[in-house]
Amino acid sequence: MSDLALPTSSSSLAHSNQQELKRDARQERFVLFSLCSPALLLVLIIMVLPVGWLFWLSFLGEDGNFTLENYQRMVESKSYARIFRNTFEVSLLTTAICILIGYPLAYFLSQLPRRTANLCMITVLLPFWTSLLVRTYAWLVLLQRRGLVNEWGMDIGLWDEPIKLVHNLTGTLIGMVHIMLPFLILPVYGSMRAIDRDYLKAAANLGASPTQAFWRVFFPLSLPGLFAGSLIVFVLCLGFFVTPAVLGGGKVIMVSMRIATNIELFFNWGAASALGVVLLVLTLAILGVASRVLRFDQILGRGH
Amino acid sequence: MERLSLSGVAFLMYFFGNDQTLVFAGQSCATPFSMGRSCFSDRYERFVLNEMTPAASSTGSPANSQAKTPAGGALPITIRDATKAYGRIFALDNVDLDVRSGEFLTLLGPSGSGKTTLLMVLAGFTRPDYGSIKFGEREIVRTPPHKRDLGMVFQNYALFPHMTVAANVAFPLKLRGVSKPEMDQRVEQALETVQLGGYGERRIDQLSGGQRQRVALARAIVFEPRILLMDEPLSALDKKLREQMQIELRRLHDKLGMTTVYVTHDQREALTMSDRIAVINHGRVMQLGTPNEIYERPANRFVADFIGESTFLPVSVQDGVASFGGQALKVAQLPRGDHELLLMLRPERLHLVTNGEEVRDSAVNAFQAQVREMVYQGDSFLMYTELEDGTEVTVRGMTRRDMVSCLPAIGDAVQLALHSDDTVLVSAEGA
Repeated sequence: MSDLALPTSSSSLAHSNQQELKRDARQERFVLFSLCSPALLLVLIIMVLPVGWLFWLSFLGEDGNFTLENYQRMVESKSYARIFRNTFEVSLLTTAICILIGYPLAYFLSQLPRRTANLCMITVLLPFWTSLLVRTYAWLVLLQRRGLVNEWGMDIGLWDEPIKLVHNLTGTLIGMVHIMLPFLILPVYGSMRAIDRDYLKAAANLGASPTQAFWRVFFPLSLPGLFAGSLIVFVLCLGFFVTPAVLGGGKVIMVSMRIATNIELFFNWGAASALGVVLLVLTLAILGVASRVLRFDQILGRGH
Repeated sequence: MERLSLSGVAFLMYFFGNDQTLVFAGQSCATPFSMGRSCFSDRYERFVLNEMTPAASSTGSPANSQAKTPAGGALPITIRDATKAYGRIFALDNVDLDVRSGEFLTLLGPSGSGKTTLLMVLAGFTRPDYGSIKFGEREIVRTPPHKRDLGMVFQNYALFPHMTVAANVAFPLKLRGVSKPEMDQRVEQALETVQLGGYGERRIDQLSGGQRQRVALARAIVFEPRILLMDEPLSALDKKLREQMQIELRRLHDKLGMTTVYVTHDQREALTMSDRIAVINHGRVMQLGTPNEIYERPANRFVADFIGESTFLPVSVQDGVASFGGQALKVAQLPRGDHELLLMLRPERLHLVTNGEEVRDSAVNAFQAQVREMVYQGDSFLMYTELEDGTEVTVRGMTRRDMVSCLPAIGDAVQLALHSDDTVLVSAEGA
């Protein structure tokens, strides 16, 4: 009989505890939340309000009335379509070249002893400590008609006449790849370092040649890092302004540059804001799609 | 300039393959030392396959090595003069070892003894500086790991996390170009062998530790290798599961009949599973023998100390008679050679003499001792005693009804009896 009595009494005890525990948990959540409230306030003031304002501005015509003409212009005008296509092309090309250069480099670094790798990593990160503007103008000097690269190329005899390396797509890509490369190498290197060497040993033991072990085991396991790195580079490229503006010489027009001209030359805040909003929405859409793919991949790549 | 081109090659190697390539490119291949020792026939015992080991049979596992062998037949392994030095430390020091075809041999030793190095040498991940290793008649010192065709279970299993269970098990078959229908059938068969039938579509992170262990085993046996290596495969499992897997692994070995080399630091595991045990310390084989031989007749103090619990008493030998503290000992056999000897006392082999009867038996050595502590454990008791010279000796016994009432108390003087067959002298060397 006492067997029956015991569970009811213990469950009622548990019940009364539950309420107390719930209250405690609520209190703790509130305290923790209040800790981050200054940061939240800051984000609200410097992020949410300006973006909302931008959004608002994009719906205002030159006379200050509510209108959709800024978006209408974008749909109707062919020049805008070209600018968006250009932006995506340049970003994709930059990302692709970064992958081609960055992946093997990250692989090389990941196979080095840790100390040596850390030393090499400093050289990868070195450009971060120099101003973006300085690096971009440095490329301008190097790549110009009578610049170092052209002089050397002709001295060695690779080409006879100075070739056009700057103020065109080539120059833009060289500059952008140089600046974006660390953003790709870091996550790729991180994911490669996390791959247990025993996987490669196991692959070899089961009969995989080094090349087979690389493609069937190492490469798939490094993909999450590669996806993450590529995404960062691609998204950063979409809004890139300084380097394409300087090295593209007006030949390569990206969305960010059009925004600048809209304000500087035409003082058209509405048109500029609309461009900004569209770019923002497109970027978010890409991130949204990619994060699905990424999460899917991380599930597969996780677990030891 | 030469340096430059070399590093260029190294870079390409890094680019196209894993680090293993570089190891092979970088090491100027060690010349395989071919049979430096006179002739090995004197040490090369004929295959005795049907060894019923008491330890293995007592756990209920059928230690019957005459079961059917894999398709290609099991292969013997011959290791001669294997030496590997890291700086001035010898991980392997002139190791000679013959693993018989189809036997379950355990490399047993403390951490850092070189047992794992020896396994890695067999797998091809470490290359010996010196010596020869043969699988059957094939010299394999210079064969890269992926051409050795042996199964291996890694300590952490090393299951590929981006593949399903079935894809993991199919991996070696895919590399060998097995057709899809045959591959599916063999994968399922291997999974059933390790009692994981129907788990093929699971992801690795959905499996428990024990299940991963089984998948690793299935992956290692699915391509029917003639040699199977296992590197402490049970160390990550809890005690109960570990004991269950020990028996399962042993059964599987008997069923598949491949030559198995098993590495562990757990002496009980070694005694339970093995046909023979090689006790390893400081990169050398201290003793090679059946579990019975290793436990009952350890070759030296290290083996006696590492396996089981023992107390050692210094023994002096004169005119072929060993004595301890002036008392002549009746011994099973007197080791040859003139090194210092120790008497090995195992707690379960010492008997408490209750009525002086046993001592009159001519084959018994008796020791006077004083009880220091008494631990009653229900089915057994532990008695910590002190001999006249101050040595502490532990006695373990099973409790019997008639005995409980007359167990000695702390401070009592007791007589301990040791049968001459259990009076084993070991060399003090090799500690």
